[in-house]
Amino acid sequence: MTETPRDTKGARVTGSPVPESAQRILELADDELILGWRNSEWTGIAPFLEEDVAFSSIAQTEIGHARAWYELAAKELGTDADALAFDREPDEYVCAPLVEMRMAEDWARTIARHWLYETADSIRIQVLINSVAGDIRGLAEKIDREEAYHRMHADMWAERLRDEPAFREAVDELWPYALGVLSEGQRPLLCQAVDRDEVEAIERGEHTDDLRPLWEEMTMVRRSVPGATW
Amino acid sequence: MVTAKRVWDALAEIPDPEIPVISLVDLGVVRDVDVDGDRVHVGFTPTFLGCPAVEVMRDQMTERIRKLGAEPDVEVLSEGWSSDRITPDGRRKLRDAGFAPPTGRAPATLLQIQTRPHPCPYCGSTDTRLENLFGPTPCRSIRYCNACRQPFEQFKTL
Repeated sequence: MTETPRDTKGARVTGSPVPESAQRILELADDELILGWRNSEWTGIAPFLEEDVAFSSIAQTEIGHARAWYELAAKELGTDADALAFDREPDEYVCAPLVEMRMAEDWARTIARHWLYETADSIRIQVLINSVAGDIRGLAEKIDREEAYHRMHADMWAERLRDEPAFREAVDELWPYALGVLSEGQRPLLCQAVDRDEVEAIERGEHTDDLRPLWEEMTMVRRSVPGATW
Repeated sequence: MVTAKRVWDALAEIPDPEIPVISLVDLGVVRDVDVDGDRVHVGFTPTFLGCPAVEVMRDQMTERIRKLGAEPDVEVLSEGWSSDRITPDGRRKLRDAGFAPPTGRAPATLLQIQTRPHPCPYCGSTDTRLENLFGPTPCRSIRYCNACRQPFEQFKTL
């Protein structure tokens, strides 16, 4: 691609080390932002209208959660949520490979990811609620109540597709990625929740080839009109 | 002289941007109002985090308080909003406009939603079924009334 224009006013984390506590929050934020983007790709093309509405609404809530986490991280890093969401280079995002993959228009894979991700996400949110205090805990509790609706939707679809070969194959394929959403200590909880054995996880840190095209599309306006507000 | 009561009254006139039949005060998003001379502090808890109406609500409150001749400071609080905060008056207004107000405690499973009575806002029948957990905004689900054969929007319990 061509040279990336930069907003010189916007504080960026590029090039400076990110403290461990902010890094953990960025993982949550990046996962929700990127998966929110992927889920929004079903808008207009879902198998039926109810799912068009459902995936659009889930995408909207996830991006809302991403924004809330970014705002929290931004306070610690002395920047703002938009700068964190849109001004980093693709390799600076710390999302799990699971959320990066483009799955529209494969419904079985999408539901497999949705179910695995929502299950994993609820585990790490519960861990946060039980282990931290203050703003992070308050936000985790609020997000957990909203995510309950995502989980119900994911569970309903996982149940419906349970015996479909395409769904089962997708769960097998995505299982090492799903483990990579969580820290090592949290993984046994996921194994228990979905009744599968632990395997070697595909860890956070490396990115799939699908991230860059997503990033180029997602940050296009921001990069072409630096500093614009809308 | 600006008083807390005048501020509450003024905020009670601001319609919700997406469900204009109820006000921001009915919706329970205004947590507290503090008046200190000509400065007015408002604690504000948005409904859903992904709600696109948050900025509109904040701007409208800021503008309304400025019109009272005071200096507004609208703070978004980190403590969460719950649908329990919708006032009795707000619930009545929602029902009158065809939105079923939230029922019971926040559900954790689909079964809890499916087994809990959700009265139809039009005819009052509890013979209604869930059509979609998700609706036109993050705060609403879609249900269908088998008795009067009307689809209706159900405010989610959060």
